[in-house]
Amino acid sequence: MSNATSHTGMTAPLRELGRAGLFLLTAFSRMRFGPRQLAEILRQVYFAGVRSLVIIVICGFFVGLVLTLQTYDTLTRFGAADAVSTVLALSLFRELGPVLAALLFAGRAGTSITAEIGLMRATEQLDALDLMAIDPMERIVQPRLLAGLIALPALVLIFNLTAIVGGIFFAVFLMGSDPISFWANMQSSVELMRDFGGGMFKSVCFGFVAAWLAVWFGWSARPTSEGVALATTQTVIATAIAVLVLDFILSAFML
Amino acid sequence: MKSSHQIELTAGIFLLLAIAALVFLALHATDRGVVSGESYEVTARFSNVGGLTPRATVSMGGVAIGMVEAIELDPETFEARVTMRISRAYDNLPDDTSASILTSGILGDQYVGLEPGGSPEVLQDGDRILITSSAMVLEQLISRYMFNSEDGQGEE
Repeated sequence: MSNATSHTGMTAPLRELGRAGLFLLTAFSRMRFGPRQLAEILRQVYFAGVRSLVIIVICGFFVGLVLTLQTYDTLTRFGAADAVSTVLALSLFRELGPVLAALLFAGRAGTSITAEIGLMRATEQLDALDLMAIDPMERIVQPRLLAGLIALPALVLIFNLTAIVGGIFFAVFLMGSDPISFWANMQSSVELMRDFGGGMFKSVCFGFVAAWLAVWFGWSARPTSEGVALATTQTVIATAIAVLVLDFILSAFML
Repeated sequence: MKSSHQIELTAGIFLLLAIAALVFLALHATDRGVVSGESYEVTARFSNVGGLTPRATVSMGGVAIGMVEAIELDPETFEARVTMRISRAYDNLPDDTSASILTSGILGDQYVGLEPGGSPEVLQDGDRILITSSAMVLEQLISRYMFNSEDGQGEE
């Protein structure tokens, strides 16, 4: 079922993509919601979301700091230091928040999902579930897919918030900008649906892709320790590429 | 390893935090326009709107009272038709109010400035502002200045 090595021709990547797509279709066609399933989704939101909170908050804060530092330095040369908060908020909401949070999410949560499912495959736990007439798609795959869909937008929101806090910290406390005009300039230049809503739409798409790839590479991993290690690496690489390509396509459509 | 009760609780707090961030950012970090409550529409025609864009401010006496909703070209008169949305709080503008397109600062945004007239009648929803003056276009200003100096009143 999962021997990706036997076909190494030109069509191998396409076949892989096709199998990943069919896998996703199967997972969604067997979707069932019960109180048990919802509890499991919440558990996975904990593992994917809450466990990524520390890295998201720290990185968000420092991204806000460095972004403000760089734009402040550049814009003061043109006498446009007022526009610092505009640049900060627009670049965060539109691009940096969703993309950076998705990359961090792939590194923190995506890899652990892949390793977990890959090890379940290697230790034949998935087959054991099948034998007990428990559908592993329903018990293992679906909660993780949906949890990614929920957790990443939540993480993006928290990332954006901490990055703005970082920006305010730099501009107001270190550079002595006026906090009221900092906030007012930001407020007047960010459009709710286009900038903020567009970024949130992106983050939902990224969450879906990141969770899909993480679950798929775990599911299709060769049942050996090397196979799991390879699958974990592939998750990070594939998610990074997919998120950045998708980001360009979505931005091109939204602007 | 935490118990499943604690895990669910933490996940719930996490989601609550995210929703709080959503509400805060959506309400306080974004521009919902000057007009958030009840409003009415008026239109005005200009021969040239310059760099005016939708969502630009409409102000009277320097106070923002509305925003530009749409800018279209009238297919018959070839004038720009600017639709403005003005807050209901200012529904007593005289109907001979004049509109002009102005610039805030040298490189600032363009906005519509309204100047009240003296008529007892007030502007209603859908009314048209008749007295308008177009945006200043730098090239026209320069050419007028250059050619006016020779023969008094030059051509437009």
